[in-house]
Order: sequence, then structure tokens, then C-alpha cells
Amino acid sequence: MHTYIEAIRKAARRLLTEKRVDAVIGFRKGTIPFMNEPVLVKHPDQVDQLTWDSHCGINLANYLGQRPGKVAVVAKGCDSRNIVVHLLENQIQRDQIYILGAPCKGMLDRRRLTAECRGREPHSVEEFDGRIRIKGRDLELDLERRAFLQDNCAICIHRNPVIHDELVGEPVAEQTGVDRYEDVRRVEQMTSEERWQYFDDLIAPCLRCYACRNVCPVCYCPTCFVDESKPQWVGKSVDPTDTRTFHLLRAYHVAGRCTDCGSCERACPVGIKVRQFTKKLERDILDLYGYEAGLIADQRPPLDTYRPGDPEGFIK
Amino acid sequence: MSDWEPKIVTFLCNWCSYGGADLAGVSRLQYPSNIRIIRVPCTGRVNPKFILAALRNGADGVWVSGCHPGDCHYIEGNYYARRKFTLLKNFLEHTGIEPGRLHFSWISSAEASKFAATAREVAAAVTALGPARHFIKTEAEVA
Repeated sequence: MHTYIEAIRKAARRLLTEKRVDAVIGFRKGTIPFMNEPVLVKHPDQVDQLTWDSHCGINLANYLGQRPGKVAVVAKGCDSRNIVVHLLENQIQRDQIYILGAPCKGMLDRRRLTAECRGREPHSVEEFDGRIRIKGRDLELDLERRAFLQDNCAICIHRNPVIHDELVGEPVAEQTGVDRYEDVRRVEQMTSEERWQYFDDLIAPCLRCYACRNVCPVCYCPTCFVDESKPQWVGKSVDPTDTRTFHLLRAYHVAGRCTDCGSCERACPVGIKVRQFTKKLERDILDLYGYEAGLIADQRPPLDTYRPGDPEGFIK
Repeated sequence: MSDWEPKIVTFLCNWCSYGGADLAGVSRLQYPSNIRIIRVPCTGRVNPKFILAALRNGADGVWVSGCHPGDCHYIEGNYYARRKFTLLKNFLEHTGIEPGRLHFSWISSAEASKFAATAREVAAAVTALGPARHFIKTEAEVA
């Protein structure tokens, strides 16, 4: 981790001093442990704010869309795939961005770490050789890193950035033999009624704060469907039918574009596993059309193209 | 509920299936009156939001029909629609909508008998499932 921080700061300082970019988008330490925040560094004097550790789960591609000028951005595997999606959708041009690729070993799930602290307040967190050490008042924990990865990171098979201008660390080994769709298959075992109930329970705590939408790099419509009033597609209330409509349409809108970066789950204030919706679409697109979002920069997204022989078994 | 009849919102493309429905009528073919036809320029015009909006507004089933692949008036609209509907149908069924509520078909303007037969099939499937309550609010909306 330390070498990453040094490399990021060095690159940022160089790029800003040489005026090759107007700003560098990266992470700085958050005010509380397990929470780093995005930062836009515009001056070489400020580069020492930049940091890197296992709490950089937010997707920085979210800050690139429609940005004028040239910026550098620190990108994990998933961020880089979202940058490819942005390029495909003309949200930004390739020559406007300088990508500092950060090979990633997975980000940590702050909720599970907080739960592990059992109400005691953590003050610092450090990592050595696959262990996490959390310290605080009456608190000293030594945990295995692997067990606390975010759900999406545990099943990630694209840890290295797919595009980059330079890497801030050596490429890491990709995970093999991970079962990416175990939870989708579990739902598929259920009857329609059980499924409806499963998703009802899943979204029951939803506040409709739209954090999952705001944090998502592919949710950039100037007017989101939830804000449209003529016609009004989804009610403003927290009635279960409105919440369900919101979640269904949100997931559908990111179909074929979602890179499973997990920002939505990380941002959710009530911990809803919103990836349960997007993963079904992700798997169908992979199975039916052989497409994974953000891997190839000159392949049209699956819903923007077709093949004459596409599957249509259910059509009469 | 013995006299309950389903409402099935039906999106027909102007160039093929709407013509098929017209021909079915002109030919005096019998088909159930449960379908409520909405004419659209092309199945590619049908947004997944429309289908959810139909269910939210009390439809018990939704049926979308357009030109056969290769016959689209706009050359490729139904190919895009096919991908959209495949994903939408799988997705809605994955989240708990019964498989018999959503129907898609390709019916040309000459296939009046196929139109009538499909209408009967769709109506029977939706009738068998009973009223769709998924997206209906249970309590009164407060302002």
C-alpha cells in the first residue's frame, strides 16, 4: 500500500507541475476510519493529501462525465472499466484523461468491519501481509483481510485496470475459479412468490435517498426517471410498489453498463444489497450476448446492438 | 371474483401486428375482449417503463407484438426490442412476476388467425394467474 501512495503522489506531482492535467482525482483520508473520500487535487502543493488503502471503494469514474479540460484519475479495475463505458458513451474523450491504474486486491466492507468492533470506536486501521489491525479505545483487533472483502470484490475477476496510462503498482494475479453468480442461482431456486417476498424484504429498509444512483458512474442522465413528472413513472412515496419500481428501473437502466463495482452497496445508508438486482441482468447479458461491460473500448454495448440470431425462445 | 376478467395492455406495432388485429376484425375472427390495444410505431418504441407503468396502473398482463425479425418497417427496431424484452422478461420474472404475465409475439399484418389465436392464449394465461396485485398500492395515497 505504501508503494502505491508514493507512486500516486509522485505521478500526481509530476503531472500537475508539468501542467499536463488540470486536476488529479484520487482519495484522501476520511474523517473516520474505513471511509476514504474522493478528492480533486489541483495544485502540486496539495498532492500529499492523496492516499491509497483498502477503503477506496468509491468509483472515481463518477467524477469524469462531461468534465471539461484534462484530468488524471486513479483507477482500480472496476473504475477503469467504467472509464471505458464513459468513453463508449461519449461522456469524455480519451485524450482528456490520464489514467493512473491501481491494480486492486479488493476493497474492504466497512459494515462488516464496524460490526466486528461491536460498538467500540476504532481510531486507526493498518494492514500487513493480508491482516487488518484495528485499534481504538478498549479495542485491538487482528483480522484476516480476505474474510472482510466487499461482496463484489470477493468475486471480482478484473482486478487490474483494463486501460491505463501508467500503473502505480505491479499487476496483481486475477482470481480464478470464483463463483460469480451463486446468489442469482439461489434466487432462481425459489417460486415466484418467494422471489417477490425475497426482494420485498431486501428493499424494505429503503429510504429512497437515491445514494445508489448518485454514486453510480453510469447514472448520469440530466433528468433521472425518478424526477420526471409528466408522465410520472414512479411515485415519490416510500410505498413498497414505488420503491420496487425504482429499484427495478434503476437496475434495468444500468444493464450492460454496470461493472459490478459495488459503489451502490457501499453508499447505501441502510445496507441494502442492491447488487442482487443488477447481477441477474449482468449474468443474462453474459449468457445470452457474451458481453461484459467496460472491457473493450470499440464494442457497442449489448442494448445498442443486435444479432439476427439472438435468442427468442419465449416469443410467440 | 367469479366474474373477474383480466385487463391486458397490448402494445401493437403500427405496421404489422396492428394490421394483423385489423384484419382479424375485418375477417370476423373471434378473440377475447380482455386486450386493450395501444398502437405504437414500432416495438422498439416500447420502453420497459411502459410495461411497468401498465402493471402499476392495474393491468393484469402485458402483451407486446410487432413485425417478424427482418420485416421491421424501420429495418432493425424489433431486433433491439427483442434484446430489451428478453432481459426485461427474465429480470421481472427473477424478481417475482409470474412468467404468464408478460407476453411477446411476432405477428405480421397478414396473420389474422395467429393474432386471434395468440390473443386467446395470452388471455387464458393471464386469467389462470388471477389479478396482478404486485404493483398496486394497498393503502390510500396521501397527498
